[in-house]
Amino acid sequence: MSMHLAHYLGLLHRSQHELADALRAVRRAHPDEPDLTGVCERLAVQCGNNARRLEPFVRRYSAHLSEEPERMHSALFSGARRGSLGLLRDLHDLYLLATQCEISWTLIAQAAEGVGDEELLDVVRHCGAETAAHLLWLRTLMRQIAPQTLIVAP
Amino acid sequence: MLDRIAAPNGSRSGSRSGSRSGPRTPYGPPGSVERLAAALPGRLRDALPTEIRSGSPWPVRVDVLLDDGITEDDVESWVPAVSMLHSGGDALELAVRDGRVVGVRGRAADRVNHGRLDPQEWQGRWQGWRHAGQDGAGRLTRPLVREHGRLVETTWDVAMDRVAARSRELLARPGGWGRVGFHTGGRLFLEEYYTLAVIGRAGIGTPHMDCDTRLSTAAASAALMESFGTDGPPGSYGDLDHCDAIAMWGCDPNCGPPVLWERVLDRRLGPGPPALIAVGPEGTPAAREADVHVAVRHGTNVALMNALLHELIANGWYDEAYVANHTAGFDELCRAVDAYPARRAAEICGVPVTLIEQAAEILGAAERLASVVAGGFHLAWQATAATCQVNNVHLLRGMLGRPGAGVLHAGGPPSARGALETGAAGGLPGLRNWANPRHVRELAALWNVDLPHWGPATHAMRIFRYAEEGSIGLLWISGADPARSLPGAGRILRRKDLFVVVQDLFLTDTARLADVVLPAAGWGEKVGTVTGADRTVHISGKAVEPPGEARPDLDVFLDYARRMDFRDRDGAPLIGWHDPRSAFEAWQACSRGRPCDYTGITYERLRRGGIQWPCTPSSSHGTERLYAGGRFNTDPDACQTYGHDLVTGAEYGEEPYLRAQYGEEPYRRAQSGEEPYRRAQSGEEPYRRARSGAEHGSGPYRAPGRQARAFLRAAEYEHPQHAATMSLDGAAPSPDGHLDGRVNGGSHLNVLNGGADGVVDGVVDGAPVVTGWDAVARQPLLAPAPPVAPVAVDVGGVYSAASPLDPLIQSGVAATAGGCPVSERLEEV
Repeated sequence: MSMHLAHYLGLLHRSQHELADALRAVRRAHPDEPDLTGVCERLAVQCGNNARRLEPFVRRYSAHLSEEPERMHSALFSGARRGSLGLLRDLHDLYLLATQCEISWTLIAQAAEGVGDEELLDVVRHCGAETAAHLLWLRTLMRQIAPQTLIVAP
Repeated sequence: MLDRIAAPNGSRSGSRSGSRSGPRTPYGPPGSVERLAAALPGRLRDALPTEIRSGSPWPVRVDVLLDDGITEDDVESWVPAVSMLHSGGDALELAVRDGRVVGVRGRAADRVNHGRLDPQEWQGRWQGWRHAGQDGAGRLTRPLVREHGRLVETTWDVAMDRVAARSRELLARPGGWGRVGFHTGGRLFLEEYYTLAVIGRAGIGTPHMDCDTRLSTAAASAALMESFGTDGPPGSYGDLDHCDAIAMWGCDPNCGPPVLWERVLDRRLGPGPPALIAVGPEGTPAAREADVHVAVRHGTNVALMNALLHELIANGWYDEAYVANHTAGFDELCRAVDAYPARRAAEICGVPVTLIEQAAEILGAAERLASVVAGGFHLAWQATAATCQVNNVHLLRGMLGRPGAGVLHAGGPPSARGALETGAAGGLPGLRNWANPRHVRELAALWNVDLPHWGPATHAMRIFRYAEEGSIGLLWISGADPARSLPGAGRILRRKDLFVVVQDLFLTDTARLADVVLPAAGWGEKVGTVTGADRTVHISGKAVEPPGEARPDLDVFLDYARRMDFRDRDGAPLIGWHDPRSAFEAWQACSRGRPCDYTGITYERLRRGGIQWPCTPSSSHGTERLYAGGRFNTDPDACQTYGHDLVTGAEYGEEPYLRAQYGEEPYRRAQSGEEPYRRAQSGEEPYRRARSGAEHGSGPYRAPGRQARAFLRAAEYEHPQHAATMSLDGAAPSPDGHLDGRVNGGSHLNVLNGGADGVVDGVVDGAPVVTGWDAVARQPLLAPAPPVAPVAVDVGGVYSAASPLDPLIQSGVAATAGGCPVSERLEEV
């Protein structure tokens, strides 16, 4: 029997780490941005924790692992930029990365229902809500800086 | 007991300029008849005999602070004014003789201070009343403009024309609205803030306007909005008379405004004293006086509050009916505080577990609990979350809106409330909601202009960030000195492509970096109103002429509006007022129907004494306490915000708000928000559907008779982050190598809190260090860098381009001028 669930768990695990790294990279690239103070690091820690909570399930389902299909994973973030437009684009990238995580939680929740894995569902509920909060924060910040960045900034 | 009477303010009075406050006036709580009377609405109270309705039993003690050699008999006239040291709102009178202010006296009949004064009011620092009028040494008397790198004196016409010309040039470019920004301080009058807000929002259309309140009262304001729907302290100073327990959360060394502390102390010394809990550092008068003093480790306020809430809930010390009928989010709060038994919090906070239990017992047994929240909460790690937990204590116990039960906030600059209410501090005027299109439309109709509603407003740190990036080309700073108070501001203001306008009383460090300096009139030299910390509005009159050509801030803004020729949709002048009274009337119209309704507060009534908002023309009194009967401003059409995630500051939209307000499930918090997530997965949107049904007339979207509920906002304790992350503009880390200042763990010294906190001297030229960030309040948590000795500089008529400290410090001259306080330096300029 082969189940692709493990591939999706692996994808999400990897995406959470990528999001954590990207949050830290964006923070480093924009040291003078007040709104990133503290928050990026905090969200990165959450992402790391979420990835850790996934690990037992990756192991649980990897017994059924099939060969990883091609192009299961594609990179969404390739380094932070500089400047005000750079910040907006970086946040945009983070948003896409977080969206990747968010939809993965949703799909894994569906699969967890399918195999009746209550434990996994619990993790998805908790961590998925955190990812939803990440999206909300990114959206709030991007909406605030968009008019100035897109119309006024040099 | 005798000791306390001999030294009423503890070490405090002795340590500051040697001035002492007057004798103690111990008193007991009013009788039950008076308490009943105090709970009645104003009109009913009028029918009662005077001795019952006359308010507070706190004895009057008129403090008089006069120049040496002057007695009260020498004074020619007394002009009403308000404390300019802090947001307490003490009413006073200025003593005028020979066209000079020669002293101050407390207003005996006033509801706030009953004649008492902060001893610093006269002796005080450079912003004290002593500097009113012609003999205020170091005052700016003529406008200055920068010519060939130096500031030179000029006329008002030249200076204002430059400002207007630069504004027009910037506005003509694409996105012109985004090229002009405003930063204001806590020392303007309400009329001036409102005028500034209309110029900024409607005239220029910029979201870039903020105030020094961002560094002091932003968290208090944010927490009030998150819990109760709108800003505005719910309590009244009168609650200190009626209460049987007082909790002072986050006492700073001064225990908040001195007059408030005197009232607390007088109750403690009289019959039937209230229990006193103090949370804050050792060594303060409140810490010595308190029955239970909890000296929590810096940055752990939320852990303590969660433990106290845990105790209240676990022991059943809460008002089940009140919680069920008037609050939302109880289940989630229970889940959150479940992880904070007293023992765990004791470890986190570094205090004995018995102290937490004793404090909880007092909170749980109180019949009338009054809270005073101060800097130790507002300016500390997790400021908004911790302050929300104080609100939660009151909500759980139903301790709001009746005599003795209320929450007060201490701290912030004297006119902070005016800035917060009029929209000069980043809000929408009249405590309106940026995210509510109806509120934006209301303002557009009032001003007869088109308004974009892309809010919220840009916060101060971001305004300076835009200036640094070059997208803001003109920054107008009125009554504030960000070079000394905002991290990095000095560096930013030196940018060649940034046109800086500074409007102030003195040639501050910020003014030295300006392109145009406008000399402003101070309090006592102009007329206007000030709203204090329990919503009491006072009028402050004109006692003397401003020095030289200095003008009231209002006149400067009106002059600018005329030169810019701001018009409404019909081509009429946008600003239709011309003096303080007509500006106040314009503000009354803006406040109509909002929680801060000023329509019944007129200049005539204010001349008879302070009045608390809201007050409509039909009511004979202001409103002493908000939220009587558990009626909150959380209705979606009334509230000022749809709420934020307390950790990240992410804004919730209208729909999650409706779900929280009217749904079965508690408000969604990031930490434990499973329900909405599951709901989102299943695609349910019941409230949106219900709401749109209401809009199409097919029925109400909420149960009839259902009152809007206050929110019990849960928060997890987070360990303070230690790393300073902002650039420091030349400031050095503290000697022990930590960038988080001189206190442990992510704290919290404010640099702008009026003259009361004594920190300003230690900070030079953009040197404060960011130790953390409150994402909801957009408030940087600051600690001052190590002090650098200020120096006296001689500049007569021609002013140096940069901060005078720079070359002198570089050449080592600073060492010779050690220790002279800011006041003396400024006086010699």
